[in-house]
Amino acid sequence: MAHSAVGVIFSNIHDENIPELSKHRTMASIPFGGRYRLIDFALSNMVNSGITTVGIVTKYNYQSLIDHLGSGKDWDLARKDGGIILLPPYSDETDVPYTNRLEALKGITGFLRHRNEEYVVISDCDGIARVDIDDLLGFHEKNGAEITMVYHEEEGAIGSSYYMTLSPDETGRVKSIKINPTLKGKNNVYVNIMVMTREFLINVIQDATVRGLSSFGKDILTKHVDTLKVYGYRFGGYYAGVNSIQKYYQHSMELLDKNVRSELFGARDIYTKVRDSAPSKYIDGAIVKNSLISDGCIVEGTVENCILFRGVKVGKGSVIKNSIIMQDTVIGTGVTLDCVITDKNVVIRDRRHLAGCTELPYFIAKGRML
Amino acid sequence: MIQRKKECVAMLLAGGQGSRLYALTNNIAKPAVAFGAKYRIIDFPLSNCINSGIDTVGVLTQYEPLELNEYIGNGQPWDLDRSFGGVHILSPYQAKKKSSWYEGTANAIYQNMHFMQKYNPDYVLILSGDHIYKMDYAKMLRAHKETGADCTIAAIEVPMKEASRFGILNTNPDGSIYEFEEKPKQPKSNLASMGIYIFTAKKLFQYLEADEKKPDSSKDFGKDVLPAMLNAGEKMFSYRFKGYWKDVGTIASLWESNMDLLGSDPAFDVADADWKIHSRNPLAPPEYIADTASVNNSMIALGCEIDGTVENSVLAANVVVEKGALVKDSVIMAGTVIRRGAKVVYAIIDENVTVEENAAIGQDKKENAGIAVLGRDIRVKSGASVAGGKIIDKDYEGE
Repeated sequence: MAHSAVGVIFSNIHDENIPELSKHRTMASIPFGGRYRLIDFALSNMVNSGITTVGIVTKYNYQSLIDHLGSGKDWDLARKDGGIILLPPYSDETDVPYTNRLEALKGITGFLRHRNEEYVVISDCDGIARVDIDDLLGFHEKNGAEITMVYHEEEGAIGSSYYMTLSPDETGRVKSIKINPTLKGKNNVYVNIMVMTREFLINVIQDATVRGLSSFGKDILTKHVDTLKVYGYRFGGYYAGVNSIQKYYQHSMELLDKNVRSELFGARDIYTKVRDSAPSKYIDGAIVKNSLISDGCIVEGTVENCILFRGVKVGKGSVIKNSIIMQDTVIGTGVTLDCVITDKNVVIRDRRHLAGCTELPYFIAKGRML
Repeated sequence: MIQRKKECVAMLLAGGQGSRLYALTNNIAKPAVAFGAKYRIIDFPLSNCINSGIDTVGVLTQYEPLELNEYIGNGQPWDLDRSFGGVHILSPYQAKKKSSWYEGTANAIYQNMHFMQKYNPDYVLILSGDHIYKMDYAKMLRAHKETGADCTIAAIEVPMKEASRFGILNTNPDGSIYEFEEKPKQPKSNLASMGIYIFTAKKLFQYLEADEKKPDSSKDFGKDVLPAMLNAGEKMFSYRFKGYWKDVGTIASLWESNMDLLGSDPAFDVADADWKIHSRNPLAPPEYIADTASVNNSMIALGCEIDGTVENSVLAANVVVEKGALVKDSVIMAGTVIRRGAKVVYAIIDENVTVEENAAIGQDKKENAGIAVLGRDIRVKSGASVAGGKIIDKDYEGE
């Protein structure tokens, strides 16, 4: 890659948007698209742009994330120098774990100082997009920016409890940044990916600590947008912001569209944890239409407009429609499901009938037996 | 101090050309041939090793080793990347005094004596890379120790009429072997050697040295080393194996073995949670089955895009079956594209083949014309037809 950069991924930010799926895990480890976790998209963007060191900031509930990442080898990030570096909260006796992004960054200054890459790419996990980070860094460099924020155009209201909109001029220079404004029409919504030099970031953190600032968005970006050289990088590709269970459902279903799939998965690989599952089997009598099926599934019933994660079993005579069935869920015989999301390891016994609607899919928590 | 020793070292003979697989082994060694939608033949002995607690494996390659070497890599997919032990590719090499290709199975092992000796093993397990099976070698090793044998040969009962294709073991009631016949015309028993041997290491080294000194030896286990041991009165035992075991050395047996994976109660189960088959995994999204698709009794790997009809078939990663295309009773390997209206019936198609629109490959099984085979990286022109039993390894425009 043309630029030397280190990645920083926030694994817990915006967890509160999607409590159903983040109750027992980080935002980063929310399953998505049949065999991925949300972090796979942010990580793969970095790896595909040649980044070989990624610090992952965690706060709580990160066992599933550690399990997913392992040594980092599945992302080619098991390295002697760098690779995946987990950054759990650092606190001494008097401190509590961080409560905002600035404190979290303060907690990782040691990591930032020890690296020698020129740039830092900071990303959250709740956006799914194919961002060319090398191109982003080129844009940042060309403009002599101090901070470059990635945005995309989005129509109407945002489901999230916290979002920013940018107003860049024709050169890309951001003139104003608003937090949680009321939205009408098209807006330039920040997608939670920004870059700056490592040195600049360390200075910002130090300065903020000295002055007792607490919010990166409120105290730094919005207040100092006039004096800082903040640029906006327009991302024009497919973007899925996962900020509620409804959006999660909607964006998952968008994967059934060939164009969305080829944009997300084509051209470059999305890396994920390898599980050595056997290929999926379709038994005589199975009917599968418009569905994504991951490995290790055994389908004997009818599956329509669904996403099946790894190791799902659908018994004879069952009809599963418009549903997202996560890893190792076992569905018995004669079951009907419509607009249902099952978390991992759910068991649905014979002849159960469940339905939600597309606006409010019926959610079944991890490990439940019905 | 850590004891620098391994109780048992496995040596996997993977040099076979597999000439009876024709176009499928034009550029790759037989153990690297794809099987069961995501595996390669060598995944089975390697997975058996690690599942049996054997973590030191020498893989002896000779014929077209490039793809096999790349596939095995550092052994990580099989958990065989170890600082002491692990999987090692053993190719023929040039030594100070001489250089030579592997001449026979015994010579191949002999040439890698120093590799085995580095681990100071008590036992050596000899394997071949041409069979599909799940076997706990640890149980066989236990039997070898219990009988106090110098050599234990895994054996399976085969139909009597096929017995003359195998090395046949004639045994006493206690399982000890009194006679060994290599491909006998008139077999006395149907107990066939599976080509899996456990030797007490010292004896193996002694007989390999001796065999090298015999000028007229063909340097083969079945023909030379095992008969020599038997003649000398060494203790040789059979170890009965019951279960699925299939030589996939021919087009027909490779096809059959793939079909054995299908159904809810398959003859051979690769999804066995208690005996995982490890492999290098394709990087691909889940497969997509479209509205227009019909999929029946099939196994389909990641990354496939199915818009057409798939019946009784095994499809490897990233295979595309377009709208109106039919794939029936076939094995399709990774990256192959079956275009609109094309028909593939009773065929094996290797990797990255394009079957263009309305082409027809193969003939229905009932017509007894045999399995049509397409070698890798070729293109069959639209509208062209390939008769059943034909083997094509170049771009094909029809006759």
